[in-house]
Amino acid sequence: MDAIGILNQAFVGLSRTVILFIVSSGLSLILGVLRIPNVAHGSLYMIGAFMAFTLSKLFGGGNLGFWMALIGAPCAVALISLAAERGIFQHLYEREHLMLILLTFAFSLVFGDLVKIIWGGEYKSVPVPYMFQGFVPLFGGLPFPLYNIFLLACGPIIAILLWLLVNKTKIGKIARAAAVDMEMVGAVGINVSWVFASVFVIGCSLAGLGGVLVAPTVSVTLGMDHTLIMEAFLIVIMGGLGNIWGALLGALIFGLTQSMGILVWPQFGIIFPYLAVVVVLLFRPTGLLKSTW
Amino acid sequence: MATGVLSGKGRIWWIVALVVLCLVPLVLPRFYVYLLSIILLYGLLAMSNNFPLGFGGIYQLHHAVFYGIGAYGTALVITKSGLSPWLAFLIGPLVATALSLVMGLICIRLSKLYFGMLQISLGSLVWAIVYRWYSFTGGDDGIHGISVPDIISSYKGAYYFTLVITGVCLYIMYRILKSPYGSALQGIRDNPVRSAMIGVNVKRHQLLALIIAGFFAGVAGTLFVVVDNTVFPDMMFWTLSMEVVIMCLLGGWLTFMGPMLGAAMIVLIRTFVSTYTVYWALVLGIIFMLVIFFLPNGVLGWIVGLFKGKTNLAEVKE
Repeated sequence: MDAIGILNQAFVGLSRTVILFIVSSGLSLILGVLRIPNVAHGSLYMIGAFMAFTLSKLFGGGNLGFWMALIGAPCAVALISLAAERGIFQHLYEREHLMLILLTFAFSLVFGDLVKIIWGGEYKSVPVPYMFQGFVPLFGGLPFPLYNIFLLACGPIIAILLWLLVNKTKIGKIARAAAVDMEMVGAVGINVSWVFASVFVIGCSLAGLGGVLVAPTVSVTLGMDHTLIMEAFLIVIMGGLGNIWGALLGALIFGLTQSMGILVWPQFGIIFPYLAVVVVLLFRPTGLLKSTW
Repeated sequence: MATGVLSGKGRIWWIVALVVLCLVPLVLPRFYVYLLSIILLYGLLAMSNNFPLGFGGIYQLHHAVFYGIGAYGTALVITKSGLSPWLAFLIGPLVATALSLVMGLICIRLSKLYFGMLQISLGSLVWAIVYRWYSFTGGDDGIHGISVPDIISSYKGAYYFTLVITGVCLYIMYRILKSPYGSALQGIRDNPVRSAMIGVNVKRHQLLALIIAGFFAGVAGTLFVVVDNTVFPDMMFWTLSMEVVIMCLLGGWLTFMGPMLGAAMIVLIRTFVSTYTVYWALVLGIIFMLVIFFLPNGVLGWIVGLFKGKTNLAEVKE
């Protein structure tokens, strides 16, 4: 194992980090403002990936198909989540967290079977768009997929857009205020219910976006939601509930320990991220950064 | 189990239920007896989860890991060592108890959702190790064809063994809940601050609840080895933990027997719906949603509420 190998592996970990960050920032947003531990978030990610398959097939698998999927799938996920929020979640905000976890778990069961009904149980593969096919030589000339470079570029873009949304727009400011004191926000005449709905929809469409972005790099399959939602939850807990930068930090730790762990000890590579979470929570029980709770 | 679990008046019904449960293998075909054993052991698992969850107010969200470790402990002792299987049945639950002690010591500093999430991350760590350690645990294949003593290797033998052990465990749990310790635990659930003020050591009581729950989960895991003769890593995956929590909720997490009822409902729904459609999870999910919406105290909680007046349970609930 040499320095070049480690650097390359770090880049693999960073591309994973981008996906994890996008999904868990959505989860963190919803946790911070609505206080819903949304277990169905992983299902929305899976739906995003399956949507990407359908849309890229519909538009001919090339560049157009990919861009349409990148726009269309998060929108579709947003519609689904809007229906779920208006239909069910808005009546249950006052319930205990345990009930909400179970309710969203029930949702994930339903979504999982709906995906099975619509897309079937087989593996699906989404083609890498033409413009991102091929490899670029990285450190020491080792080939690195061009698509992963695209992913690495996406991460900062999403992070900046989220920062702008939360800090510079009106809805972001209202949402932050609602996270601290919901009743007060309602008392000054703001329709809290719709603020909640829009935050929920934005958070969920981030899950859908993560699903689209990951689709060309993995085989899209049932059950991809189960591992991801656990990872996203651990990242959010590690970073501090409701803190988007915490989600970024957590995703970095998770992605890098995952990719480095495989180098260090291939057989038990998957335990390193969990170990990192345990170590972090032992020393900082409420997460690395300040939680909004 | 025979001495008034709901109330003293119900004693006769418990005896009737016990007699019926003893007689069913004589009339029912093999499949239903197997199903009944599964219901009993899942019921024990759900009730042991409900011990800290419903009576201690602790977010025990990854209970399946103790169940899985209990089962793996038993299975590994039987297959890898020359020890008697009867000893293995004891070692499995003790391994689960030890794990719940270690995890409890780490998690107990946190409360509510943070406790649950730290438990899930530790549990996932255990799951990942079991899942990857091919040479020792069989990895994702698990271990199959575990031989158990002849007397309980038939389906009827396994059923009676499960029935007796479950009955004894439920009786012990019931006695614990009725003891001064059980009262203190429920006091902590209802008002931890006040309990601490009157001199109850909150963390130590909660830790003990976790250890007790871990032991009985390990027993349930051991019973699964007896009934099914297999272990596999999905037994400690977090989705099973969620299902077990839902069993508690579905049956009624503020009642003693509720989780058993919830376990029976879920096992039956899964078995019979899956004979009609592969989309049983859809049906299950919709049922959960309806229950959470309309019966927040669960089915048994709702029935008890009908008989005792509705305010009774609402008061208990924070």
